Amino acid sequence: MIQKEKMIIKSVTNIALDTIEMVLENTFISKTAIPGQFLHASIEGHTLRRPISIADIDREKETVTILFKILGKGTEKLATYQAGMSFNVLGPSGNGFQIEDKQGTYLLIGGGIGVPPLYYLGKKLAEKQCQVISILGFQTKTNVFYEEKFRALGETFIVTNDGSYGETGFVTDIIERAGDFDSYFSCGPVPMLKAITKKLPTKPGLISLEERMGCGVGACMACVIPTNDGKSYQKICSDGPVFHAQEVSL
Amino acid sequence: MTNLAVHLPGLELKNPIMPASGCFGFGREYSTFYDLSKLGAVIMKAATGTERLGNPTPRVVETASGMLNAIGLQNPGVKNIIENEVPFLAAYDTSIIANIAGSTTTEYEAVARAFNETELVHAIELNISCPNVKEGGIQFGTDPAMAATVTEIVKNASNLPVYVKLSPNVTNIVEMAKAVEAAGADGLSMINTLTGMQMHLQSRKPLIANKTGGLSGPAIKPVAIRMIYEVRQHVNIPIIGMGGVTNAEDVLEFLLAGASAVAVGTANFSNPYICPEIIDALPATLERYGFDSVEEVIGKGIIPV
Repeated sequence: MIQKEKMIIKSVTNIALDTIEMVLENTFISKTAIPGQFLHASIEGHTLRRPISIADIDREKETVTILFKILGKGTEKLATYQAGMSFNVLGPSGNGFQIEDKQGTYLLIGGGIGVPPLYYLGKKLAEKQCQVISILGFQTKTNVFYEEKFRALGETFIVTNDGSYGETGFVTDIIERAGDFDSYFSCGPVPMLKAITKKLPTKPGLISLEERMGCGVGACMACVIPTNDGKSYQKICSDGPVFHAQEVSL
Repeated sequence: MTNLAVHLPGLELKNPIMPASGCFGFGREYSTFYDLSKLGAVIMKAATGTERLGNPTPRVVETASGMLNAIGLQNPGVKNIIENEVPFLAAYDTSIIANIAGSTTTEYEAVARAFNETELVHAIELNISCPNVKEGGIQFGTDPAMAATVTEIVKNASNLPVYVKLSPNVTNIVEMAKAVEAAGADGLSMINTLTGMQMHLQSRKPLIANKTGGLSGPAIKPVAIRMIYEVRQHVNIPIIGMGGVTNAEDVLEFLLAGASAVAVGTANFSNPYICPEIIDALPATLERYGFDSVEEVIGKGIIPV
């Protein structure tokens, strides 16, 4: 159930190049959101809301953490907000990662600003005593964030495209080294998701997508992705953003 | 006690506010936010003869005080809409306006006929102004003779009152309005979006996959007001006004210019509660400017001749 909620900013931290971590206080969202869901954030002076995925939740402190990259005027404005200020969101939005109630080994594959939703997911999996292996790809060293947090969940590989930190190349270059796993969860740019789903055609996997959104509630048909049979569309904001890896045509 | 009711052909509106076509789907999503019975009417997303998948993404992008969209009339087709969506909306105490679109006059005719048969729809909004599809849509909306032809065909295909949705992408909006009035239109709905384009500097490509899209939001409000004012001087059928409405003051502005009811589009995206909020704010806003009812505001702008 999506509600319009006021988020009070508790802290704003610049955690990597053009990358902001915001801790927000809100009872309803912190109590109801699941990993992979997002907040549709209203930014002063902007007609359209900005979808931002949930990176972490602290149910006791009733806080929700979001991470976003400054990529345009909206995120630029949001980055100027300070602790103590507030903004409204629609949320928790979309269908998140469904976690089966069984133990196993799960591979998290994140690329760039697609990494954040995997953190809250990884935490939930680790809480269920699942084994978590993470492969996190970034363009370059200055983009890297949350390395230690993921290491606390399990074995973690950091890859940079230019080799300035960790392994060199793409997340797909590392998958073999991660060993065997039961299923995977991935979020990142479409070319990365394409490469992963192609490389892992038989493994069950869930992928999270992003797109420019209008309403964010499933009414306007702006953020759609064709289904694999090419015969229809799924709505990223309300059917997704998480889909079965083979369900949509990337 | 202020009176918000408006009487239009086929539509007994408890208030003049309705979500605009394409910005509200078929109401399901917004029904989780508030009771749709609060609305004067709902204008459904455009229906075509068969399912349409629409345009590639990105389909929307923000602009200064507005947004561009090029959805491309994605909809499940009139049969599916009548079976699955209309009954849902009909359960609410509000008027249902079916927006119809097509590539050919035959398609328009078939869609109009289908809605007529449901007996659950109160009026047709004839979409001759979608800027985002290759065939039909805007062609019908930029040539007065073609607009008149399709209006006549749709009128003959159903007993429902027909509100023709005009495109602002014309040199002479009055000529278009007169043509559809003469062809039997019961009302007008204006304005649709203005065609626009926005570039992405890094990729040097248009931000909308369809290259161009329809501009909506507060950026186009002055254009809408001007066009409604101009058309009001020359036609007698009522106008449902729209274009960048975000609050009750905007509604009064549209009424003064000559609109009889007002649709809210893009603002639903910024605030899903915008329609009920405007409805709640209307009585006090009317009183503040010296009015007791919505109907007495219509066309009461004092505009030098």
